[in-house]
Amino acid sequence: MPESGDKGRRRFLNFVLGAGSLTFLSAVTYPVLKYLTPPDTGAESGNETVSAGKVNDLALNSGKIVKFGNQPAIVIRRQDNEVKAFLAVCTHLGCTVQYMPADRVIWCACHNGKYDLNGINISGPPPRPLTPLKVNIQNDEIFISREA
Amino acid sequence: MPLRSVPEKAYRWLDERMGLEDIFAFLRHKEVPQSSSSIWYYFGGVSLFLFLVQVTTGILLLMYYRPGTASSYESLQFIVSKVNFGWLVRDIHSWSANLMVLCVMIHMFSVFFLKSYRKPRELTWMSGMLLLVLVLTFGFSGYLLPWNQLAFFATKVGTDMTGSVPLIGDYVLKVVRGGQDVTGATLSRFFGLHVAVLPGIFTLVLSFHLFLLQRQGMSQPVDWEDLPPERKPVMPFFPNFVLREFIFWMCALAVINALAVFFPWELGIKADPFASAPAGIRPEWYFMFMFQSLKFLPAHVGPLEGEFLGLMLFNLAGVVWFFLPFWDRSGGRGGTARLVTWLGVFVVVYILVMTVLGYLLS
Repeated sequence: MPESGDKGRRRFLNFVLGAGSLTFLSAVTYPVLKYLTPPDTGAESGNETVSAGKVNDLALNSGKIVKFGNQPAIVIRRQDNEVKAFLAVCTHLGCTVQYMPADRVIWCACHNGKYDLNGINISGPPPRPLTPLKVNIQNDEIFISREA
Repeated sequence: MPLRSVPEKAYRWLDERMGLEDIFAFLRHKEVPQSSSSIWYYFGGVSLFLFLVQVTTGILLLMYYRPGTASSYESLQFIVSKVNFGWLVRDIHSWSANLMVLCVMIHMFSVFFLKSYRKPRELTWMSGMLLLVLVLTFGFSGYLLPWNQLAFFATKVGTDMTGSVPLIGDYVLKVVRGGQDVTGATLSRFFGLHVAVLPGIFTLVLSFHLFLLQRQGMSQPVDWEDLPPERKPVMPFFPNFVLREFIFWMCALAVINALAVFFPWELGIKADPFASAPAGIRPEWYFMFMFQSLKFLPAHVGPLEGEFLGLMLFNLAGVVWFFLPFWDRSGGRGGTARLVTWLGVFVVVYILVMTVLGYLLS
């Protein structure tokens, strides 16, 4: 019957148009999404060992922020002369933390989160302890690296 | 009663608030004249498509481009060598820009020869001329952004011309360059112009241009004037014309892709303000006819500098061309206006000859 033949042809053409449009769209979308994904520049990995300066340049009961890969790390020399290091990234929303010598806590200014000197979250919103880093002291120089 | 489908409900919701029904009714009744010159109707649409391609690829390039004399060239190097499909995005942006200038030119001359600029379309013509100027400014400002040697000297020469204008020339030159010379300040200015100022103005003028087109409908061929309505073949705008237009858009995209893949744009060498101009330096093809004409002029014509005289003549010609709908009064609405047609032929031939000479003699 001519009518059903026409319908079949229309269905076929609609299918071709739809499939063609879909192919076109994916051919455009795929390169765009790939383009937006930043390529690996090789400067981001944080596996290396980083020098954090001399122990004696860091006063007792004080802390400082050093660059660790592309993240900040905090190095603290406690009152008892022990040196501790953590990633300085607050586990709540990622702000950079700082050392408060008066209270002897690591403090995040964004939402008043506090950690003790072992990096354990003790008050405020942080859900987890800070990520600890390995500290190695050679000839008075502090080296920090990721814990295995 | 069966539940209405979600798309239908969404459509009803929007229709109640935006009056979509009216828009679709307008589209259903919109018709396009069908004649032997209908092919020319597509070039405006293709220009629009190329503009959309430029907006899309331009935004993508902005994701990695870092303007500055110490970073422009380097970020482009990064885009074309490190970023996934970065070479493709950059090549499409450059090729599509060139194709856009070409399509806009074809669009303008087809409107000229079809006499579609006549009443009531004077404003459409003039806004179109404004768009042409903006497209050329886009091309000129974008050319500098890779901060390579060719771009540097092209900008030096291009901006230097403004300095030949009497009295205000020196001031204008300083404003355009952001100082006495082409430097990082020029790069910053051109970048701002290219990605912020021009897109804003262009979008406004383009909206006005398209608004007029929708209000007035497409111009009918001049020889249809005295035909009875039933002898004027028309085509529904939607879906017939739109689908045909879409085929043209896809063809344009295929052409750009082929050009981008087989004729990639060289990045060249980084601009060095203290290096000499490289041999064989010349402007982009769409400025070639002006470049060549200026070269033919002697250094001095009477009391005037040749360069200055040439530029004044081109500017004057541009102004005359802009006001075309107001001085082409020969023959009224339907007249064929031989003289105007011949003038158009002369302009086309002049541009072609000068462009060809420009490439042959350099």
